[in-house]
Amino acid sequence: MSRKFTPKVVTANDLLEGDVIWLTEDDQWTRHMAEAELIVDEAHAQIRLLFAEGQLAHIVGPYLADAQAGENGPEPTHFRETFRTRGPSNYAHGKQVEA
Amino acid sequence: MYTYSDFDRAFINARNAQFRAQVERRIDGSLTEDEFRPLRLMNGLYLQLHAYMLRVAIPYGTLSSDQMRGLAFIAEKFDKGYGHFTTRQNIQYNWPKLKDVPDILDELAKVQLHAIQTSGNTIRNVTADHFAGASADELEDPRPYAELIRQWSTDHPEFQFLGRKFKIAVSGSPTDRAVTKAHDIGLRMVKNDAGDVGFEVIVGGGLGRTPMEGKVIREFLPKGDLLPYLESVVAVYNLLGRRDNKYKARIKITVHENGLDKYRELVEAEFPHRRAAFNGIDQELLDQIRPQFKSPYFTTAPKAEFEKAYAKDPVFRSFVDTNTATHRNDDYAIVTISIKKHGATPGDATAEQMRVMADLAEEFGHNELRISHEQNVVLPHVHKAHLPAIFARLQQADLATANVGLASDIIACPGMDYCALATARSIPVAQELAERFDALKLEHEVGELKIKISGCINACGHHHVGHIGILGLDRAGVENYQVTLGGDGSENFAIGERAGPGFSYAEIVPAIERVIKAYLEEREDDAETFIETYRRVGMAPFKAALYPDADKGRKHAA
Repeated sequence: MSRKFTPKVVTANDLLEGDVIWLTEDDQWTRHMAEAELIVDEAHAQIRLLFAEGQLAHIVGPYLADAQAGENGPEPTHFRETFRTRGPSNYAHGKQVEA
Repeated sequence: MYTYSDFDRAFINARNAQFRAQVERRIDGSLTEDEFRPLRLMNGLYLQLHAYMLRVAIPYGTLSSDQMRGLAFIAEKFDKGYGHFTTRQNIQYNWPKLKDVPDILDELAKVQLHAIQTSGNTIRNVTADHFAGASADELEDPRPYAELIRQWSTDHPEFQFLGRKFKIAVSGSPTDRAVTKAHDIGLRMVKNDAGDVGFEVIVGGGLGRTPMEGKVIREFLPKGDLLPYLESVVAVYNLLGRRDNKYKARIKITVHENGLDKYRELVEAEFPHRRAAFNGIDQELLDQIRPQFKSPYFTTAPKAEFEKAYAKDPVFRSFVDTNTATHRNDDYAIVTISIKKHGATPGDATAEQMRVMADLAEEFGHNELRISHEQNVVLPHVHKAHLPAIFARLQQADLATANVGLASDIIACPGMDYCALATARSIPVAQELAERFDALKLEHEVGELKIKISGCINACGHHHVGHIGILGLDRAGVENYQVTLGGDGSENFAIGERAGPGFSYAEIVPAIERVIKAYLEEREDDAETFIETYRRVGMAPFKAALYPDADKGRKHAA
């Protein structure tokens, strides 16, 4: 029996800047996870990942990351994805200050 | 110090021009990421969690003042004003932009540095004892051989697609400061019965998910046979090493699965052919390299000021006692500058700090700096008369922390704050531990203690050879830290033993504090170091300190 599907977002790194980006419902890439498309259907998740994989001239390494619905939009569920939304913990660098 | 020949310069410039064109083709869409990835890795460019990362080789850990200034310039112009010195004597920039990388490589070339083979399945930057050429116990400066190895391994056509990465470390001293037994090949200079100096060759050491102590494949290799022998060892690995499973591809597994005797037999069968093919060219090169590493001209100066400061100023005395080592010239000292101020990120230096260290090396240190695998910066040749002036300047630059070799001199990999492979964070654990030790004011009483932290099983933080090792893992979506005890990266090499179940992020600092307090209870006297106590009493008292509740539970059950 396959595992129950949990909600996802499509995420990657930007080719030029290298920073973290997420795929929105209207096929754009955003620097803010809250603006990402929260995908609740497994088949749709595969379609969206395929779409991202067709964008490799601008992005690097797209994948599906677990997420959940939050007050302002999708939120991470795993600590790794949480770090990706804000940057390193030893300096105020990255998204925590640039967002 | 080695300076580039016309050949070196032309080679680096050609490589940089190639990479510039490759980056342009990636940006304009003519190269896919799959095509570009191996090309960028060959030039040290990774993509990590939040940004690209450029890893620059510091061959055998040696830098001139101008090179250090070049690194500072890059940190300021293309990054966020700092660099991270690594456990392989490299420097990493954590925030470069893809389009800037070709310019960064050109800036590096101006100061005779590069990022070639700092990644990928090739022979990586060769590391060496950071006290090479300076320590009192050395047989010979190993760096001419390290430079010879760098030239031989760079772009070696046979070894550009090895089964896995390949790391070589060289030491010229019986005291092993280069962790030679945890490398794919470790070279230790030894003297044979006839009084000749040669190499003991160690193969198949490594840390990572399968830690193994390297084994001696050749007890004495004449120096003149170095390259043909190394080439034989790597050639055998290239053919025999497994390529079916990434986790079984390192030479340590090849040697383990085939047995050292068989491996040695294959190497010895290959060796005569390789030696014949070399035709003396390696020795000619070595003759050109050797004079570039000649000893500095040691000066004389009155030491009265130093002696007065040492007697009068306890802060200066503590710095001298903790951060200097014995130089082969009695009037000199080796100064280790700690870039591990309590609470700071281990191995990080700002551009301004890099410039201060470069200036100190130029004014007082014969223009030489070293990067240690323990993530500190070394001034290898300093006349003792200059120590008070150096100390004062280091204090102004926030670089005078007297903690070298102590509990807060922690090795830590970048961990999940930067690294895409990490399973947990390392840096904040190191920061909190160091701050805790500072608050306790205990570390000078505790004495020599090596704490090493890795944020994943790949063990870049060398946790297996930490007296106290900490391994960060992801346990069911939560950071969890395993503790190993009794590891040792020195000539008394040992792989640490796992103490028991891991600790949460909130529990790990108090747990380590309990281990250290247990040591203070257990030690025979204050001359017995942590590792000596551990060897004498074993795991039991430390385990009891780490898991007090479990101990109570057992007593109740009994």
